[in-house]
Amino acid sequence: MLLTRLARRPFFWIIALTIALFAIAPAIGWDVDMRETLVLDALYIILASNLNIMLGYTGYINFGSIVFFGLGGYICLWLVSAFSLPLVVSLLGAGVGVSLLALIFGLGILRLRGHFFALSTIGIIEGTQAFVQNFNPWGGSAGFYLDTGVFKPLGGPAQALWIIYFMMIAVMGLSLYLSYAIKNSKFGLGLLAIGQNEDAAAILGVPTPLYKALAYCTSAFLPAIAGGLFFFKSAYVEPASAFDLTLSTEVIVVTMLGGQGTVTGVVLGAYLYAELRSYLLTTATFSNFQLVISGALLLLIVLFFPGGLMGWIYSRFPQTKKVLE
Amino acid sequence: MLGFLASVIDGVLVGFVYGLAAMGLTLIWGVMDVVNLTHGVMIVCGMFALYALINTLGIPPYVALLPVLVGGFIVGAGLYWLAIHRVVGRPALMSLLSTFSVNLVLVGLGTAVLGTGLFNVDVSIPGFSLGRYTFPGAHIVAAIMAALIAYALYLFLGHTKIGKAVRAVANNREAAELVGVPTTRVLAFTVGTGVAIAAVAGMLIATLFPFTVLSGDDYTLKSFVVTVLGGFGNPLGALFAGVALGVLEGAITPFVPVSWTLVIEFALFVVVLIAFPGGLFAPRRGAL
Repeated sequence: MLLTRLARRPFFWIIALTIALFAIAPAIGWDVDMRETLVLDALYIILASNLNIMLGYTGYINFGSIVFFGLGGYICLWLVSAFSLPLVVSLLGAGVGVSLLALIFGLGILRLRGHFFALSTIGIIEGTQAFVQNFNPWGGSAGFYLDTGVFKPLGGPAQALWIIYFMMIAVMGLSLYLSYAIKNSKFGLGLLAIGQNEDAAAILGVPTPLYKALAYCTSAFLPAIAGGLFFFKSAYVEPASAFDLTLSTEVIVVTMLGGQGTVTGVVLGAYLYAELRSYLLTTATFSNFQLVISGALLLLIVLFFPGGLMGWIYSRFPQTKKVLE
Repeated sequence: MLGFLASVIDGVLVGFVYGLAAMGLTLIWGVMDVVNLTHGVMIVCGMFALYALINTLGIPPYVALLPVLVGGFIVGAGLYWLAIHRVVGRPALMSLLSTFSVNLVLVGLGTAVLGTGLFNVDVSIPGFSLGRYTFPGAHIVAAIMAALIAYALYLFLGHTKIGKAVRAVANNREAAELVGVPTTRVLAFTVGTGVAIAAVAGMLIATLFPFTVLSGDDYTLKSFVVTVLGGFGNPLGALFAGVALGVLEGAITPFVPVSWTLVIEFALFVVVLIAFPGGLFAPRRGAL
């Protein structure tokens, strides 16, 4: 089995250690500030490692990955408020629903290649945003609130926030293991082959449209659940925050900063970017220019360090290639 | 019925401007296989350039055409050296990301400095009346100017030495280099021209509709639709496709709320991409 094979490698335990750190660190003394910082880190890691399946492995840029997150949030909150389903069921519903949508879309648009695919993902953001803004059951452009009572089943607001945090960390752990498992599976090998040369991969028998659609659909599942958790936490969802341009950019920056196509890079990138961001946000001059700074950072990485941090580490310390994936 | 007809005719007028905007995108795409994701923000730059020129210098709107054209060209050439030069010929991912990041920087600057409020340029030209319906003069003038600029570009590419060099580079960059075409400068020139056209189209759009710093996204999507309809790398096809999109918009406006237009256009975009990957007005190979 893939899992038992992976569990014999040190990297499997490095991931486990990372997850444990995230789970335990704020729980010592129930530090709320630290929890709020780490939940953002975890969110970056979830979104970036799932984006990485498309961007890093398959070489297809998905500008619309934020759609999974936003739609997941909408579907989850809608299931909770309109059908009073329990949180876990709603989260799964959001994940499955968004993945199915992604599969249907994916089978269509993933016959497209390169530029055309990228353009259609931009179209997906615009199209989805316009749809949600006009869809009355979801409150249109004003969004909708959950009742204050929704936290009751989780033991009141204070306890609920901790439960949501731990669920977020669980989703983060799953994202990391998913990226790792895909990278070491036959499926992942097919994706990497597509990323290197799609025609050659197709000739050698990789079912390229199907694999691309599956990668697209897989990369939708966990971000949708993360979106559900994130918006359940604030008990409010609106189009502007669900399909936030800044967040979707940050996710691309995190992936490229850490090193596209690597599992470790995503974690490093998320950590570094979050540090940079918290520094910038506290400086009043810079907080307005956050988009400008992430854009400039991305440009520098693309032009001068396309391999990101991990690219640098691999070339500087080649032996790390054996341990860090 | 007359209302529907009027709406379609107005769609044709606006469609010429959409077509012009998309020509800027498709020119760069066709010549160096780079999708310029700063396209939308360049359109917005054209809009605000017009706004600034009218409100500071007080010049009449259409006189702003020349400074916008020249300014757009300079900005575009700068864009080439900043973000495109190093990624031409590399995988699509790289050029998409580099132009995307420039787009972010400009959008970020715009929202930080100007906010996201609505801006408006007032152009009053007597319109043309048809029964109860009046076609605004600004729409007619914008359509005529867009068609003229598009025609000028067509003549320029076909009949001047630089235009021929641009087409040669589009066809085969290495061969062009071998026969002495300074291909790097031609690429910079092409991006400059593409951006200048986008900026002028933005200027014309600003005389038609109110705009915000974030308007670029809508017009980028429209330009994509037009580009795939017209067959990418085909400026004249882009103009026809622009008119086709305008007609479609005009035809659905009486029946569908305006905010749904983008959803319909996106659906059209995907359908056309899948059904006609070469575009409805696909060019002969290498025809540009």
